[in-house]
Amino acid sequence: MDLLRFTTAGSVDDGKSTLIGRLLYDSKSIFEDQLEAIEESSRKRGDEHVNLALLTDGLRAEREQGITIDVAYRYFATPKRKFIIADTPGHIQYTRNMVTGASTANLAIILIDARKGVIEQTKRHSFIANLLRIQHVIVAVNKMDLVDYDEEIYDKIVKDYESFASRLDNIIGIQTIPISALNGDNVVERSKKTPWYEGSSLLYHLENVYIGGEENHIDARFPVQWVIRPQSDQWHDFRGYAGRVGGGVFRPGDEVAVLPSGFTSKVKAIHSVDGELSEAFAPQSVCLTLEDEIDLSRGDMIVKPNNQPQISQDIDAMICWFSKSPLRTRGKYILRHTTRETKAIVEEVRYQVDINTLHKIEDVDSFSLNEIGRVRLRTAVPLLHDAYRRNRQTGAFILVDPGTNETAGAGMIL
Amino acid sequence: MPDYQLSHLDQLESEAIFILRETAAQFENPALLFSGGKDSIVMAHLAHKAFWPSRLPFPLFHIDTGHNFRETLEYRDMFAEKIGARLVVASVQKAIDSGRVQEEKGANASRNVLQITTLLDAIEEHGFDAALGGGRRDEEKARAKERFFSHRDDFGQWDPKNQRPELWNLFNGRKHVGEHFRIFPLSNFTEMDIWMYMHREGIELPSLYYAHERETVTRNNTILAVSEFVQPREGETVEKKMIRFRTMGDATITGAVESTADTMEKIIEEVAAARQTERGNRADDKRSETAMEDRKKEGYF
Repeated sequence: MDLLRFTTAGSVDDGKSTLIGRLLYDSKSIFEDQLEAIEESSRKRGDEHVNLALLTDGLRAEREQGITIDVAYRYFATPKRKFIIADTPGHIQYTRNMVTGASTANLAIILIDARKGVIEQTKRHSFIANLLRIQHVIVAVNKMDLVDYDEEIYDKIVKDYESFASRLDNIIGIQTIPISALNGDNVVERSKKTPWYEGSSLLYHLENVYIGGEENHIDARFPVQWVIRPQSDQWHDFRGYAGRVGGGVFRPGDEVAVLPSGFTSKVKAIHSVDGELSEAFAPQSVCLTLEDEIDLSRGDMIVKPNNQPQISQDIDAMICWFSKSPLRTRGKYILRHTTRETKAIVEEVRYQVDINTLHKIEDVDSFSLNEIGRVRLRTAVPLLHDAYRRNRQTGAFILVDPGTNETAGAGMIL
Repeated sequence: MPDYQLSHLDQLESEAIFILRETAAQFENPALLFSGGKDSIVMAHLAHKAFWPSRLPFPLFHIDTGHNFRETLEYRDMFAEKIGARLVVASVQKAIDSGRVQEEKGANASRNVLQITTLLDAIEEHGFDAALGGGRRDEEKARAKERFFSHRDDFGQWDPKNQRPELWNLFNGRKHVGEHFRIFPLSNFTEMDIWMYMHREGIELPSLYYAHERETVTRNNTILAVSEFVQPREGETVEKKMIRFRTMGDATITGAVESTADTMEKIIEEVAAARQTERGNRADDKRSETAMEDRKKEGYF
């Protein structure tokens, strides 16, 4: 069985949690005791319907305020696929959670309230999905029941969305679907109330969308995570390099180069408890041994001699800022990239992006919470990197505030 | 071009191994919370794979409530010996005897909450800066909000409204002195995934997980095994039933299900058909709507 990770985005009250509750409910992934518990809670709160949102809004503060504060992860499976959902909040101050959910997603569902159409939040969420290179987007036009399943209203929203989305370059497939999460129209089964809609249901699309080719299987990249040196008689001279393949394929006998030292060697074996493996590819966690004894430790990278990443201390990147204390020119941060940690200074803020118009705002020297833009960084040691659009694993980094230790920003190398 | 797609179990395994190695690399003195329950067994199995042929670079760490099933403790010792891991045990009974914590009173008293103090004390005593837990996000609604690397302040408290964002494969384990992390490598496993993974890996479980005949009482709609900790009360009758356990907590709070599934294949069939959550039989979760969140904020697993 394969695995699809998707994220949901929309503004407050667009019905994200209700939609997820509906998917879980209709795919029979909700247990009886869970249902009884939320029926009881709904009754106590005086809700008119069983409030499916209570399934995902688990924190006390969320249940009290009837909103989603933090990313909630949900799981369901159909005979075709297993799904991991990152349900992200719609509040503007919680945009960082959308970026978080999107960073590991194969697909994003963006909800639009049929009564409101394409709004600022819709554009923001689409922009983020595009920036993080989510390849598939489903635009779910929700609450169709409240506009009498009107085809014209739906068509207008689709047109508005398409004219905005034509400026987003990374998304491969956009699928629009008219739904009512509350009533279940076009969620699992196609609805009789939208005879004019000829596409498939939301779940059908989730089950069938092609998700191969998300990992990079061309550029061999192996960031060393941990060196395995058993202090035992049996494994006396064993020196294994443990890590998760970040791209490409490694096989015993392959010629490899080790960065940053530049020494070359060959892969001796790929080890596991269950015996040696004939190959390793992304995103497998494995342990490699090399033919030669080379000084190699955490943060270094094993690659192929004829296909090497960029090695540089000057990094151009797009940044999403998460911290209340703004990113500033000359600001210093701790930067984590692959298995390497170093220091970085903001050399220059190039521009900020107005996510409503996608225009660049020049002449800025800082980003505040939830702002996105382009910067140039200088790092204390060279980063062994690729462009984010070529490889998520070697093109992404985070910035950590050295005072508070908080994760202050997410970066994508250009 | 060959199809380089990993099955969902392979993806989950690879993710968990990555997290375990990242824990060893980012922390000075981690420990793996091991209860003898199926999730912690899977986690320890994955740790064994992650560092093989080395031994685990951290100890197994058990909070012994004094109300454990005998089978659980036997399994614990056998398992630690088999993978050559060091075992650290912190005892709730000792904390009670020394007056550090007070036993709950009343009909539904349990030592569940007492584990928090014992756990936090032991973390401090041993200087652990990261505790690996087998918690899964599908278990419970507060757990659905957990991070892989979950920060705890110097009082061991969780602040769910102020969690660090976690992006890609980049985990931020930086902390100030006195703070620690709880780390959950199995976050994305579901109950079904755990069973399927154990089946695939040929992992052996304590006998309690398989259907067996046992003396039971039924209390608050929950089937409890009669033991030195659970004795029939007035009006309760002892019945012999074929049961098994879906989760493993204290003998006093862990409810059993009636079942004839005595092999892993049969259990998987049952799990697939189950209409109740596995924690549905846990009295500790039923105390209030947000019982898990409240305990987690205080420092619970």
